[in-house]
Amino acid sequence: MRYRDIIWNGLWKQNSGLVQLLGMCPLLAMSNSVVNAAGLGLATVAVMALSNFAVAILRGLIPFEIRIPVFILIIAALVTIVDLAMKAWMHPLYLVLGIFIPLIVTNCIVLARIEAFAAKNPPAAAALDGAMMGLGLTLVLVVLGAVRELIGTGALFAGIDMIFPGGRALQILPADYPGFLTVILPPGAFFVLGCLIALRNWFAARASRNERPDAAAVSAAA
Amino acid sequence: MKIEREEASAARISARTALIMVLFTLAFTTLMAWVYVSTKGAIEASDAEEKLRLIGEVLPPDAYDNALLKDSVEIAAAPELGMTHPSRAYRARKAGKPVALVIEAAAPDGYSGKIELILAVRVDGEAASVSAVRVTGHRETPGLGDYIDPKKDRNKQQPWIDQFAGAGLAKQWRVKKDGGPFAQRAGATISARAVTQAVGRALQFAADNQKRLFAEP
Repeated sequence: MRYRDIIWNGLWKQNSGLVQLLGMCPLLAMSNSVVNAAGLGLATVAVMALSNFAVAILRGLIPFEIRIPVFILIIAALVTIVDLAMKAWMHPLYLVLGIFIPLIVTNCIVLARIEAFAAKNPPAAAALDGAMMGLGLTLVLVVLGAVRELIGTGALFAGIDMIFPGGRALQILPADYPGFLTVILPPGAFFVLGCLIALRNWFAARASRNERPDAAAVSAAA
Repeated sequence: MKIEREEASAARISARTALIMVLFTLAFTTLMAWVYVSTKGAIEASDAEEKLRLIGEVLPPDAYDNALLKDSVEIAAAPELGMTHPSRAYRARKAGKPVALVIEAAAPDGYSGKIELILAVRVDGEAASVSAVRVTGHRETPGLGDYIDPKKDRNKQQPWIDQFAGAGLAKQWRVKKDGGPFAQRAGATISARAVTQAVGRALQFAADNQKRLFAEP
């Protein structure tokens, strides 16, 4: 039951992209195509699961007063290690994701989940929380990337051949579609993200109207 | 008395906290250093492989038979190449005879900053000519100016950058908009102009310096 709560929190109720709004820097910078978005998202999942796990193990040793510098130290070290390990043993993937890995340090959601969850919970739950929060962010990133790429260029999955050799971009709109540059540039990320947040709020509001007593109990518990 | 004791215990707590911070820093620095050392060999090997793959895109591997990555010379920062720092030129030879030079170049005047290029210049024909060019780094507008990189070029059959293949110094190194023979795409002339002129300058540099570069040890 508890694990189910963690999963539900990460994917929907406390979604880091749409509710906590904590992954903004990479979210807006890297969501201009599906492949970029999925790449950054998956790398974030790995780093968040690892860092939450590490902090949960070490949580008894970290004095309260210096927890933030220690957390930052742990995140930076793990990001560096993931970066080096991918560069050494998964080079083709590194060429695609490499530029995103250092960006993960700038993602506030990593530190936020360590502070809010991993520092107070056992390792397994913390790792699951990190992975689910990361996955929630990945889903938002991919939807954002798909909308922006489709409206912006008329195609989907450009650059997929960097991950799966032989893969081809999917031309959805007619080939003479002129493209819509604003959507690809950073302002487009704000527009599309705004629409996604509105859509999520609408769903959430409708759900709570339909089952009001239940929803009230959930929010009281939270 | 009481205040003194509090001060003493505050000092003790600070010292203890500082010690813990130092220990954490040491532990994680050691961990990073260990990962760095144990991945170093693998990273160098995959970097070399990647470099060969990139060179293979501008010069077919069957055009030369020497160990290309080992046969290189340093070029001092040359304004003709648009380089602000020294770069390496790789010398391709077949049966000991010079075949081509693989050099790095940069176009300083892209739409948003520098465009980095790698190109191979064939020197085994009558006159030096471009074998092929690839963009290795740029910040041109996605979806507009980034067609200079064939990975982003929507025309997969005839990528824009392929028009330089085989071109020699007899050509005017200008885009059509400026009266030259090289095509540009509507809406992003600046990117095409920058690359075209940079390739022309790099070709001239390679032609002028090929004897010296191949003669160097």
